[in-house]
Order: sequence, then C-alpha cells, then structure tokens
Amino acid sequence: MEITTQRYKHCDLIGVKGRVDSYTAPQLNEAIEAVNKAGRYKIVLDLSGLEYMSSAGFRALLVGQRNCRRYNRGEIVLAAVPKRIYEAIELTGFTPLFKIFDNVTAAVGSF
Amino acid sequence: MIEAASCLQGLGRPLAIQMRTAIFQASYKYLEDMRQFAAQAAKDAGMDDAEVYVVKLAVDEACTNIIEHAYGVENEGEIECTCDAEDDRLTVILRDHGKPFDPSSVTEPDLSSGLEKRPLGGLGVYLMRQLMDEVRFESRGEAGNLLTMVKHKRGK
Repeated sequence: MEITTQRYKHCDLIGVKGRVDSYTAPQLNEAIEAVNKAGRYKIVLDLSGLEYMSSAGFRALLVGQRNCRRYNRGEIVLAAVPKRIYEAIELTGFTPLFKIFDNVTAAVGSF
Repeated sequence: MIEAASCLQGLGRPLAIQMRTAIFQASYKYLEDMRQFAAQAAKDAGMDDAEVYVVKLAVDEACTNIIEHAYGVENEGEIECTCDAEDDRLTVILRDHGKPFDPSSVTEPDLSSGLEKRPLGGLGVYLMRQLMDEVRFESRGEAGNLLTMVKHKRGK
C-alpha cells in the first residue's frame, strides 16, 4: 500500500493505492491521525488507485470519520471508489456514513 | 508456504488441478499470499473477476478472524487452506489449531446505527456470510477449528 498526503486550502487529500488489509490498515489510520494532529479534520480520501480493501480498512475509515466529525464541520469524504470496493462498503452498511464523489475534483470542491 | 496439489484426470479433458492445499504462518503479512492462493483456485474454477474478488475478501476476513480470535495474536500457529474446485462451485476449507471459536459469540453488527454507535467488531463474520453461499464453523476441541465456505458459480 502507498499513501500520499497533500494539503489544500480547505481540506487535505490522502491518496491510498494498492491493498488495505489487517497488515496495512494501521498505516491508513496513522495517515488520517497525522492530518488530525496538524489540526485539520476535513479530508478527501482518493481511492482511485485502490485495488483491495478488507473490513480492517473499513474500520480505519469509521474510526477516522468519528475523530474528524468530533471537530467543527470535520469530515472524511471518499472519492473515486472502485466498483468492487464500493460493493463491499455497501454490504457493510457504511455507505450512509460517508459522502462519496465520482472524482477528486468534486470531492475537494465540496469543502 | 507448503503446497500440494492433487491432479485428477478428467474424461477426455486435459489434466486439471481440482484440489490444492497450502499452509501459511498465521500472520497478517501473509494475508496477501492467502488471498492469491484462493484467487488462483477461483480463477481456475472459471469464476469471473467479481466472484474472484468475493472469494479473496471472504478468505481474508476468515484468516484475519482466525489470527484475532483462535490464536489471539500473530505467529501463534498456522492456517491450512484447501481449495476444491468443482464444476459449479468452489469450496474453501480453513483449519487452525487455535482456541475454539464460537461464531454465536459474535454479535451481528447493527448496520442501521449511526456513526458513533456503529460497532467496530463483527464485520468479518458478517461479510463472510454475505459474500459466500455457505459458511460453516466447526470446533474440533483441542484440535482447533474447521471453517468451510462454499461459493457457487454464477448461474450454477
């Protein structure tokens, strides 16, 4: 898995590439926490390069969303979710907990 | 990884690998190897990309569960994975030598609850049951656990 973080004016963009499972999910947790530690709670997760995500990744998203929402108008939104991963997120009933955008531009523009 | 494959001669068909077994150290870093092993069996069984992804996810959730609940920690034992491809289905059998796992101890997650009340646990077993057509847990006492998952091929 490969994670990159970019700071924008109104939000931070975290790109997640490759595979997120119980082995790699802690890195996703850490990346979200690092943004929060910088006092920033509006995050776009660019999942366009994601090949695979297990429930360990979904839990990382849930924990991150809880932490971000605790702060004024903080939120994690998802962008460019690959079909198979979207279907699994939907099975776990997580889709109502996240705004999902077709592409990164729309997601960044939502903040 | 120790791998053994039994080859069966089909009637008029080329040699086809029907059943294969591999043993993995019960560690998260081998989850990708476990997924690939099951994915190859699913592909060889003629499953499409969506079905292969489902098998990978179910096997990952099952193996993660074995490490977390049967062994409690990583590197406490092994996971033996057997994949059996038939014309209409793929059967995946996972064996461990950990503590007896009682699936009824896992509460089904309430998928309608809000963000704060949404449980973090129980998703793995829930997903396995949603993704596969059959999921059977058997505790063999001190000998560990046996998990059988079956996925029917589309339209079969």
